[in-house]
Amino acid sequence: MAAIRMAGLTKSFGDLRAIDGLTLDVEEGEIFALVGPDGAGKTTTMRLLAAILDPTSGDAWVAGHHIVKEAEAAKEDIGYMSQRFGLYTDLTVIENIEFYADIYGVPRRGRQEKINRLLAFSNLTPFKQRLAGNLSGGMKQKLGLACALIHTPKVLFLDEPTNGVDPSSRRDFWRILYQLLRERVTIFVSTAYLDEAERANRIGLMDHGKLLAVGTPEEVKRLMRGTILEIRTAEARRATAVLRATLPPGSVSLFGDRVHVVTEDVQGAGDRVREALAGSGIETSELRPIEPTLEDVFVSVLGSSAAATSRT
Amino acid sequence: MINPQNNKAVVVKDLERRFGKFVAVNRVSFDVAKGEIFGFLGPNGAGKSTTIRMLCGILAPTSGSGTVAGFDVRTEAEKIKAHIGYMSQKFSLYEDLTVEENIDFYSGIYRIPPERKRERKEWVLEMAGLREHRHSPTSVLSGGWKQRLALGCAILHEPPVVFLDEPTSGVDPISRRQFWDLIYELAGRGVTIFVTTHYMDEAEYCDRIGLIYRGELIALGTPAKLKTELMQEDVLEVHCERPQEAMEQISNLRGIKEVALFGKGLHVVTEDGAATAKLLRAVLPEKGYAAPRVEPIAPSLEDVFVSLIEARDRAENNQPAVQA
Repeated sequence: MAAIRMAGLTKSFGDLRAIDGLTLDVEEGEIFALVGPDGAGKTTTMRLLAAILDPTSGDAWVAGHHIVKEAEAAKEDIGYMSQRFGLYTDLTVIENIEFYADIYGVPRRGRQEKINRLLAFSNLTPFKQRLAGNLSGGMKQKLGLACALIHTPKVLFLDEPTNGVDPSSRRDFWRILYQLLRERVTIFVSTAYLDEAERANRIGLMDHGKLLAVGTPEEVKRLMRGTILEIRTAEARRATAVLRATLPPGSVSLFGDRVHVVTEDVQGAGDRVREALAGSGIETSELRPIEPTLEDVFVSVLGSSAAATSRT
Repeated sequence: MINPQNNKAVVVKDLERRFGKFVAVNRVSFDVAKGEIFGFLGPNGAGKSTTIRMLCGILAPTSGSGTVAGFDVRTEAEKIKAHIGYMSQKFSLYEDLTVEENIDFYSGIYRIPPERKRERKEWVLEMAGLREHRHSPTSVLSGGWKQRLALGCAILHEPPVVFLDEPTSGVDPISRRQFWDLIYELAGRGVTIFVTTHYMDEAEYCDRIGLIYRGELIALGTPAKLKTELMQEDVLEVHCERPQEAMEQISNLRGIKEVALFGKGLHVVTEDGAATAKLLRAVLPEKGYAAPRVEPIAPSLEDVFVSLIEARDRAENNQPAVQA
């Protein structure tokens, strides 16, 4: 049985179709990453699946429960961490967890063991008496996760959980997610950071309320249109300006000491790059085709117009 | 102007800030050249914001010295404020004002002369790609647009130095690329950019990086230098079946300090790359992960970041703890 099943899931706000006919299965024990630009519909999808918002049409089931007809049963099996998860900054770590345990009606019996286990699991045991307001960003996020897990959900929804969190804490957070997978929890996570999405089993690329692509990171990477040529040079900024004047608009990007050129014609573009740079007296230390990153694919599939569109 | 190094936009010498007994910034020294893009990295609470607040003339240092755009951070705070742009992750735009009204509001704050106002406004609208949306309420703009508008408002007065505090937090990849194009364009015109970020792909776009941790500057250099010179351990890339599961199996092997998932493979940080590679090639098949591929690689900036921080933690733990 799929842990999450969507069939033609649609949500409109007035004239705007925020979610447009999503059909997708996520398997039990899978970690699925939803990526897409701001306003693509990621958060709305999460809210529909978490049974917080009702769809306009279509159906979805989470852990076997219909999200409208069996919303209460669905909620018992769902953990949801929103972008602004509600921690009480004037309560301690342990008081916050207790509070969520009460809300979810976690039985008193066995509760203490469960809380201790979650504290250990999220490396928060040494900080259990600290006020939530005095935790670092990474620790707050782990506390948010612990609170979302207090009722032992089968499916966990995480809406951009790592925004503004440093790399060490992000690694820690993902390590915790992998531990959850081993307990057969299904994880549905949205993120604006594609290096993170590469760590998921499958990725859904979303824009304008639709899924444009679904697959493993490798499968999604095959959607890249054209090849990327990487140029390394000590004068990367000047090289970018020179190449932008020669090559098609939008095909040249600067990344620190590297310049990327996207092209359908590797040979031809390579020649033009060499010629243009030599003509301007720029030496290159390297010019070669490289594997695209997910970010490259994202930009290639969505195009630069996507981000420039207002989401009114 | 007492600064003899006039190709420097920021000069910091032994800068220190204490709050009671807590040393938030501990004798930090570095320079940033004019037109340079300087990335200032570090975990939350490491001292990044405190340093930026001192450089912006908002917070007085406890000791040490610094100049920004040639002005002394201790005695010329007002002049600094007129010569810098500052943008934080909380864009500080007025959501209920239109795009144009926000620009007009900041024009007033920065006291842009009346005859320049129109030209500067058009410049911001053009730069942010908001010409057609000048009358739209700011609240309806996408995150990427708000971000570019906020940057435009922060540099209306054409400051020579711009501080960007996590400007791209939570913004999608396409918008981030467009934002970095703007940063490069500004730097190309000689504007100095001082930027903080938690995203290592962005750190790679900087000319130089400083890494601050527990109030101390623990690394400084180009991204290439950090990756090649400052990391003491070796990094191996491992491709095998079920990497998430394999990660647990190998993280306690002799010599291995850290295992993390990277894309579909694992990054293994180890004291001795050759010995660990040999060990992994033997141990992984034994544990049921057939035919693993193990290769030494150049560390990613994330590997370096984590490694330097953990090395600092170990050094700290070997001393009697003095923690607030």
